[in-house]
Amino acid sequence: MGVKINVTVNGKAYSHDVEPRTLLVHYLRDTLLLTGTHVGCDTSSCGACTIHVDGIAAKSCTMLAVQADDCEITTIEGMAKGSDMHPLQEGFKECHGLQCGFCTPGMIMSSADLLSKNPNPTEDEIRHALEGNFCRCTGYHNIVRAVQYAAEKMAVEV
Amino acid sequence: MIPASFEYKRARSVKAAIELLADGNAKVLSGGHSLVPALKLRLNQPEMLVDIARIASLKGIKVSGKELVIGSTTTHQEIASSDIVKEHLSILAEGAGAIGDVQVRNKGTLGGSLAHADPSADWPALVLVSNAKVVLEGSGGERTLNAADFFTGFFSTALASDEIITEIRFPIPAKGTKSTYQKFVQPASRFALVGCAAMREPSGETRVAFSGVADAAFRDTGIENAISGKTLTAENINHAVSDTAKGQDIMSDHYASEEYRVHLAKVFAKRALMALA
Amino acid sequence: MSNRYIGKSIKRVEDKRFITGKGKYTDDMVLPQQTYAHIVRSPYAHALVKKIDISAALAIEGVVAVFTGDDIRNAGINGVPCGWQVNFKDGTTMKEPSHPLLVGTGDTIKHLGDAVAVVIAEDRNIAADAADAVEVDYEVKNAISNPFEAVQAGATPVHPEVAPNNIAFDWTLGNPRDEVDAAIAASHHVTTLDFINQRVIPNAIEPRVAIGHYDTTSEKYTLYTSTQNPHLIRLMMSAFVLGIPEHKVRVVGPDVGGGFGSKIFHYTEEALVVWASKQIERPVKWTSERSEAFMTDAHGRDHVTKAEMGFDKDGNVMALRVKTYANLGAYLSLFAPAVPTYLHGTLLQGLYTTPKINIDLVGVFTHTNAVDAYRGAGRPEATYLLERLMDLGALEMGMDPADLRFRNFIPPFDGVTQPGYQTQVALQYDSGNYEGVLKRGLEMLDYKGFREDQKEALKNGKLLGVGFSTYVEACGIAPSAVVGSLGARAGLYESAQVRVQPTGKVSVYTGSHSHGQGHETTFVQIVADKFGIPMEDVELIHGDSDTVAFGMGTYGSRSLAVGGSAIMKSIDKILEKGAKIAAHKLEANIDDLEFNEGKWTVKGTDKSISFGDVSLTAYVPHVYPEGLEPGLDFSSFYDPANFTYPFGCHIAVVEIDPETGKVKLKRFLAVDDVGNVINPMIVDGQIHGGLAQGIGQALFEGAIYDDNGQLINGSYMDYCMPRADDLPMFEIDRTVTPCPHNPLGVKGAGEAGCIGSTPAVVNAVIDALWSGGHQVKDILMPLTPERVWRAMQ
Repeated sequence: MGVKINVTVNGKAYSHDVEPRTLLVHYLRDTLLLTGTHVGCDTSSCGACTIHVDGIAAKSCTMLAVQADDCEITTIEGMAKGSDMHPLQEGFKECHGLQCGFCTPGMIMSSADLLSKNPNPTEDEIRHALEGNFCRCTGYHNIVRAVQYAAEKMAVEV
Repeated sequence: MIPASFEYKRARSVKAAIELLADGNAKVLSGGHSLVPALKLRLNQPEMLVDIARIASLKGIKVSGKELVIGSTTTHQEIASSDIVKEHLSILAEGAGAIGDVQVRNKGTLGGSLAHADPSADWPALVLVSNAKVVLEGSGGERTLNAADFFTGFFSTALASDEIITEIRFPIPAKGTKSTYQKFVQPASRFALVGCAAMREPSGETRVAFSGVADAAFRDTGIENAISGKTLTAENINHAVSDTAKGQDIMSDHYASEEYRVHLAKVFAKRALMALA
Repeated sequence: MSNRYIGKSIKRVEDKRFITGKGKYTDDMVLPQQTYAHIVRSPYAHALVKKIDISAALAIEGVVAVFTGDDIRNAGINGVPCGWQVNFKDGTTMKEPSHPLLVGTGDTIKHLGDAVAVVIAEDRNIAADAADAVEVDYEVKNAISNPFEAVQAGATPVHPEVAPNNIAFDWTLGNPRDEVDAAIAASHHVTTLDFINQRVIPNAIEPRVAIGHYDTTSEKYTLYTSTQNPHLIRLMMSAFVLGIPEHKVRVVGPDVGGGFGSKIFHYTEEALVVWASKQIERPVKWTSERSEAFMTDAHGRDHVTKAEMGFDKDGNVMALRVKTYANLGAYLSLFAPAVPTYLHGTLLQGLYTTPKINIDLVGVFTHTNAVDAYRGAGRPEATYLLERLMDLGALEMGMDPADLRFRNFIPPFDGVTQPGYQTQVALQYDSGNYEGVLKRGLEMLDYKGFREDQKEALKNGKLLGVGFSTYVEACGIAPSAVVGSLGARAGLYESAQVRVQPTGKVSVYTGSHSHGQGHETTFVQIVADKFGIPMEDVELIHGDSDTVAFGMGTYGSRSLAVGGSAIMKSIDKILEKGAKIAAHKLEANIDDLEFNEGKWTVKGTDKSISFGDVSLTAYVPHVYPEGLEPGLDFSSFYDPANFTYPFGCHIAVVEIDPETGKVKLKRFLAVDDVGNVINPMIVDGQIHGGLAQGIGQALFEGAIYDDNGQLINGSYMDYCMPRADDLPMFEIDRTVTPCPHNPLGVKGAGEAGCIGSTPAVVNAVIDALWSGGHQVKDILMPLTPERVWRAMQ
């Protein structure tokens, strides 16, 4: 008893029958093989599964795939334009904002949500905006710097 | 964490949703940020989910007469960032902005939070303090409940199994009304260990409500009676909060014992009232 | 040789795949015909398994197989072994209970989450449904979770047949106890702390994943697993658990999402999926849920300790006496016995000249998950003990905590012109300059200014505090002969192969495993500079037992000091052979050559040959030294002469909200000396991460088992880990005291942050409380607002 969904992911249209209980993150990982979106917990706490649904950050482990029907989704795989990295991707690399890399996609997606609403955030605003994402490697210090880097870079680009 | 199987129906209208709910063991799905975690843990195993998120009439923020009306599927983030809310009842924007984290605020809804009635959620204190009315619609028709009558205890509400929350109607307070939401977070879940919502009208009438403290959110009439109409001096405030949460069934866990929770409630009531002074 | 890379903050080579979502973690893999496993776990900590009924699960469409503990027992499969044997003081062997892959009918559950069955299905949803349908009849029994209570008379035994008194081993180290007793008795002042170093849960953000794949034609087993040491897993699993030939087993640890120790150990699930794959002749994948991770990833710390430090009237430390009950959990995990003993007791000298030290320790079984190495492993516990005593001693004696340390520091020694420092607790430190890091820390803090701020704040009703921690730790545990004599059942060397390809490009194979440490950058920086070639011409390969000859893996801050040194040995061999080829081609005497910027040059001439040309010649040996083998490819094993001993000074500044007890970490300063540094950016990052975990233990984290052995904060909704808005920007600096005994002069940076930081934070809170007139000695970690508030009542 699958339910048909139509989604656009990273600009590409997909149509699939899904079991209603399928979590959006499992649809992305198992069906579309977009494995950049990670699962780190069971309780909507860690943020490793953060994606954009219709332009805003959401935890894809706490959404059913059926809820994303007719939605536009962006995952980490859709952030770069060809070989041009998104300024956040560049910032994470330049500022050593990642170590094991597991939380990184979610961190980048949450940071992108922040910068879309607040292009020039303070350190406190960045830290507050990332409260839904765990990193166990970096102590957040360089993640904050990476977001600052991206904000500066995006300001110049605009 | 995989939910048990269920059937999924998307309702296009309130009427359709109510008909689907009347069918039996069904749960209402809106943002899913209270329900989906419960499904994953299999604490909840409904046979059907009725998705009301796409019903246009349930979403939105508007002023209607002397009321601010917020549709039940409006997200926390929409409320937190709404200019209308900030203008007429800023405590709702302040409180909504203190919920969970940005991803949760982006998807979680006002109606979903109220229906779940987690005693540590932020919304219950906010709707109580603002004297809101919760509008329900079911096979028996529409009814409107005072927020105080909507919450009936620990994770429980007056919502019948075939009813949905359609909107919440907040009286727009008199000009010059002051309000604040003071939250002490449970550091892991970011729910309220103590959430104190306070409003004071120009008349001096003061309302104080708490989340996180007792088995259900509550209005602290003891504080309200002691401080309403009195000047907000440190002395009056200290006196007013001396019996904070009296008579409530206080929660206790590894973050806050009963004694400490009551102490925190006093501190936050005091801070809230000071902020209104 | 070149100087382009070493010592520079080169951006990481590995980042590109992670920032684009192209990392390949174990759960990202899908093998043809793959099935999904879901494990049925006990909801009780101590229970007799009376009956397991799998009929309903088997009846579900899409279920491929269900195996129970009975199947495992019938197959004659051993439990997972312990890799370190610590004997009792009287020489008798430690008590070593079996740790079965699944608990069978008639056997006993020993901790919450102990596994009884595995369900294997066509997809993860069906597996979850079928796991729910397995019915287990338990007879629930009393459980015990506190290690001190577990050794009292009448306590419920975890393993009645093996260790009826719950004692796995007892152990002592240092000066004779009576000498220490006498020194304590003769002290002018004794500072005493009864405290708990609480249990913490590692919580790598990637949950553990294991895929077993048995290939019926080659009869070869492959295990993909989120591990810090694939070869060790292969050895343990093939030789000790499943009894299958090692050459028929391949273990791959692909991209791994953080470890912090918790992914060192050979876990039951790894052997289970490999065995099950053979049974069903299809690949089997198991992905841990976070709740399973809380229950079954090896935990850290969990000591109940009484520590006494004796001072003379001038504040010189005269003696240290320690009694510790170390909770080992229900089973002995891989390195569990070594952590409280050889990684903790041996560090109790700290960086002080204490003349008499003794530790008496009991390793205890409880109905809790296994405790093993977690970032720092033993050294954080030792540092916590010492540094709490130092700051508390200073408060009690009315002395300045920094002055007290300066008075007691071991004087600087470089380990080259001056000998290493022989401690009272077995270790010999390699090199150190302890006053240097504290001096620098005090400068960065503006200590004088802080004390004035503190007084001023108090006038305004604010409680400010500063806490110090100066630490020394031990990395790169070695040499093998010594650790063997201390009970290690493995060597602790590392292997490296450097293969120069015919075109002069270089493939480096290391037994170290990178799961965030940046080896693909740091190791390549070394190789590129030593050969004088661009980093782009060098690639690092790790994590696959079929490509890398052997490896002991990454833990204990050992990779650069041990793995990097092994690479250096192979580099030396390549350069030595390369010089022979170069001399032959240049028709010069080998002694007349110098190697610089990627070429061999005849000294004083412009005659030279490049690294690339020499490489090609090695593989196309037409004009070639007589008797020399073709090829340019060397393997090496490096067994260090000693541990390395990084040290540092951590300083925390906190403010306490006097009404709520909430602690705000206002500043955190760290001056660490990790020896020479190859990539400062990466070393800083390692320190940052360690600090966050150490601060986490002080303020936020702590597993809570109740009296029934239930883990009451087994999810992120209840177990608090630091988030971005809980921490400040860190203020860090370094001093450099090279390691005298390895070729790179490096010491290790992975754990230092976590080792030094915890007591600094707690000391700062205690300092703030004393400044406000609350003379408390200790607050149980984590320092939750309620605990701090209670301390003020």
